[in-house]
Amino acid sequence: MTTMSVRRRAGTPGTLRRDRRDWKGWAFIAPFALVFLAMTVVPIVYAIYLSLFRDQLVGGNSFVGLQNYLDVLSDAKFWSGMWRVAIFLVIQVPIMLILSLIAALALDSLRLYAVGFYRIMLFLPYAVPGVVAALIWGFMYGTQFGLAANINDFLGSQVLQPLTLRWILVSIGNIVVWEFMGYNMLIFYSALKVIPAELYEAAEIDGAGSWRTIFSIKIPGIRGAIVIATMFSVIGSFQLFNEPQLLQGLAPNAVSTYFTPNMYAYNLSFAGQQFNYAAAVAIVMGVITAVIAYVVQVRGTRQENR
Amino acid sequence: MTTVTSRRPSRAAQHSHVVAVHGRPRRRRRHSVGLTIVMVILVIYTIVPLLWLIINASKTQASLFASFGLWFSGPFSLFTNIWTTLTYDDGIFLRWFGNTLLYVVVGAGGATLLATIAGYGMAKFKFPGRRAVFAVVIGAIAVPGTALAVPTFLLFSSLGLTNTPWAIILPSLISPFGFYLIWTYAIEAVPTELLEAARVDGSGEFRTFFTISSRLLAPGIVTVLLFAIVATWNNYFLPLIMLSDPKWYPLTVGLSNWSQQGTGASAVPIYNLVITGSLLTIIPVVIIFLFLQRFWQSGLATGSVKQ
Amino acid sequence: MASESTGAAFTRRGFLGLGAAAAATTMLAACSGGSGGSAASDDDIEKAMKKGGSITWWTWTPQAKKQLAAFEKAYPKVKVKLRNVGSGGTQYTKLSNAIKAGSGAPDVAQIEYFALPQFVLAKSLVELSDFGFGSLKKLYANGTWDSVNVNGGLYGLPQDYGPMAYFYNKTVYDKYGISVPTTWDEFVAAAKKLHAANPKLYLLNDAGDPGFTTSMIWQAGGRPFKVDGTTVTVDLQDSGTKKWTSTWDQLVEGKLLNQTTAWTDAWYAQLGNGEIASVVTGSWMPGILETSVAQASGQWRVAPIPTYDGTPANAANGGSSHAVLKQGKNQTLAAGFLKWLCANTTSTRIFREQGGFPSTKSDLSASAWLSDAPAYFGGQKINKVLADASDSVLSGWQYLPYQQYANSVYSDAMSASYSNNTSLNPGLQAWQKAIVSYGNKQGFKVTGK
Repeated sequence: MTTMSVRRRAGTPGTLRRDRRDWKGWAFIAPFALVFLAMTVVPIVYAIYLSLFRDQLVGGNSFVGLQNYLDVLSDAKFWSGMWRVAIFLVIQVPIMLILSLIAALALDSLRLYAVGFYRIMLFLPYAVPGVVAALIWGFMYGTQFGLAANINDFLGSQVLQPLTLRWILVSIGNIVVWEFMGYNMLIFYSALKVIPAELYEAAEIDGAGSWRTIFSIKIPGIRGAIVIATMFSVIGSFQLFNEPQLLQGLAPNAVSTYFTPNMYAYNLSFAGQQFNYAAAVAIVMGVITAVIAYVVQVRGTRQENR
Repeated sequence: MTTVTSRRPSRAAQHSHVVAVHGRPRRRRRHSVGLTIVMVILVIYTIVPLLWLIINASKTQASLFASFGLWFSGPFSLFTNIWTTLTYDDGIFLRWFGNTLLYVVVGAGGATLLATIAGYGMAKFKFPGRRAVFAVVIGAIAVPGTALAVPTFLLFSSLGLTNTPWAIILPSLISPFGFYLIWTYAIEAVPTELLEAARVDGSGEFRTFFTISSRLLAPGIVTVLLFAIVATWNNYFLPLIMLSDPKWYPLTVGLSNWSQQGTGASAVPIYNLVITGSLLTIIPVVIIFLFLQRFWQSGLATGSVKQ
Repeated sequence: MASESTGAAFTRRGFLGLGAAAAATTMLAACSGGSGGSAASDDDIEKAMKKGGSITWWTWTPQAKKQLAAFEKAYPKVKVKLRNVGSGGTQYTKLSNAIKAGSGAPDVAQIEYFALPQFVLAKSLVELSDFGFGSLKKLYANGTWDSVNVNGGLYGLPQDYGPMAYFYNKTVYDKYGISVPTTWDEFVAAAKKLHAANPKLYLLNDAGDPGFTTSMIWQAGGRPFKVDGTTVTVDLQDSGTKKWTSTWDQLVEGKLLNQTTAWTDAWYAQLGNGEIASVVTGSWMPGILETSVAQASGQWRVAPIPTYDGTPANAANGGSSHAVLKQGKNQTLAAGFLKWLCANTTSTRIFREQGGFPSTKSDLSASAWLSDAPAYFGGQKINKVLADASDSVLSGWQYLPYQQYANSVYSDAMSASYSNNTSLNPGLQAWQKAIVSYGNKQGFKVTGK
């Protein structure tokens, strides 16, 4: 992983105590390690254990081996949820990150007044809990009494139908962009600020224009940040739950019970009492997400090292 | 997006080489009208929903849906709404507020403490099993937090921990990201010579940590703490499934419950309170961010992205 | 009362029918849970009520608050915490969650008749014969009593019943010259007429609702679910179902239905401002109209539901029981409250006076109730109409033993038809597939036709 190579390159071996027999470090690690074990490793192991059983309304609990996993792999609902979040991330994540990048580059361009104002204003939505964001947008999306209704009235047509089957993914995408655009902007902006000044000076001597500076210095300079932001956005997309779950109450026809893998696991558990199957779904989802996140990171890093 | 992991600060922040923010000698250039327009559009986009929230927190339930969303209408009832929000159902909102504070203080505080101590330990000691710790924790960062939620729920229900504050606090005590950030941060922020000197003076490792090292780690700690606070403050999925009893709800679950109360066979719509409550929920986080701006921005920048 | 439907089938005159959901599951002897807890007599219950304590009650009944006030007057030492966590499916999801969590479930909960078997199968409810509640049988109209008997055990007490009726906004009807339809063909014609006269107005709202769909199939003579012990057949293509879809497709494809999500604020508002001119639903609706659509007082009336050939034929929609949960710590007290709530005449009188449709024989035949002419309905003697409606409920209907789950995935299957204004049949086929697959995974022997 990146981090390994980073550390090696960083080369700070002198900072470590040399004594290999020294267990003192464990005194520092132990509390974290214990809680980590209990809160991450144990639930995973327990989920794996559960996923090997099936508890039926008729017939009770029985060991079924890997049957639940075979079922997940051929479960059209599960894959349709996965497919939906995949489409979501392929479209929403680039839009969000490009907007964030544009904003960060603008802030860094030294051609704006009141940089601090823009920075804070764009970042504000990040402080809004996802639930509250979904509630606010849910109200605004209303075609009876919401802002969408006002706009439709003004236009004299019914073009805006954010809570319908056709538009719901866009509507959710918009909420997520709104929530995280400023946050990602800040990550990029922080990265831009630490690009060594010498690089710019060199570019100026070369007579590079703004665009060339952006594409040959700035963007390569923050590639690491872009890779990381992409990875976290990808993980976030796969975990989509709050926004569709809250919008479902407003638009049950637009948001199915298996709209995202997470919603599927939730509804399997609490509407269908299929806890064992839900555990299998959670594990398959986790593995897929982890693999994709890993690939994004490895690929991003490799390109950088090229 | 679920808050469980996506609220983590970028891993970018982890590759800290304690690069001081370069006071770059770049000259301010000609002001750009085009860029200003772009930024103003983006600001309008982010600010409209917040304006909508503030404006509609001043409306009564009756005028809420009977008026244009982005302008004031009906009697100005912001203060009535705030009062009703705080007193509705025997002041349950304040209870939720208190719960959220509890989860934030114990959960986010504990997560920061554990991550800081452990990250520091990783950076400054060599011990058997160190590589294994590294591998496991890094692996865990990639496991989506919500994938763990249902299994954790089942585990907790068999242990009788559901419907208790522990059900929320325990899972939020772990911040693999925070651990990693402090680890990479500590490598350079705390000079090994300083620790050697302390050892020569006969100071115990923990005493050294609390008296000397922790100060040097402060910007990193503040950054980890802030993002842990946001993650806990925004937590929804986990409390939603863990808690059935409203007396332990955090604000997020409480507000969505109030919102649901507006639908159903004997609906009691209190959307004015949902909106006012949302506004009240946002304010503390915004204040914390504004107040500590200097810290976290330098924390992010310092820890930022020089891979 | 509720948005979804009951498990009782009724023959003409006097609730002689047999509860189909009950019949369906009575034979599930294999899984009938033992009674477990210790038996308690009336004395024990009375003692517990005198001693007092605190219990939690989940319900979405609009009459609940007034009933509770009367209860607390009678038993000041018993503190009942009333909570409305959502109606129908929303509540069941939360209930399942709390049951699985091992804590946080209420002591007493409202559960619609159709949903009762699934909670019984999951062994979540207290068998009430231990409290001697079997003797209450004589109080209730037979159909509702059968609905609370599952697998040969008594798992709840009936609150109400939901024979369907036709609620309409007379002001709107008069203004646009719409006469109350007696057949579904007339209904379709009236729907076209109203919507053409004013495109903002719709004769009916339907965005897809499992309880409504099953009731409509029931009324059309369809019997898609056949349950015999753990053997289930599903046929959402039978002639009755087809009869309903051929009528309803005209409304869906003709975009003649208002598709605001039911039970939301927007929906209530449109019932109030006339944009939705009628509601076809259970007889528990008057109480809800009076409380949640108060601004339309004086405008609404009640009529019998339209039929296919003009002769009376009806189905039920909704109807709830209240049940005691096994998780509760003070089950005797909970049972005492339940008994008061559903069997005490003060409670049932308040319930019927506040617009609920009673389940007890004495209330159903009370002349004060039958002659009641609420001002909200312009002085119409609505209870007479509703009581008559209950007499024509068709027999032989059965729900699935896991109807609650089936209803929770209804929108998954049907949303495309409603959203795109296309035929309902592909949706019903998809729903059937989901029902068959879930049932087999849960150990039932389910075949789809």
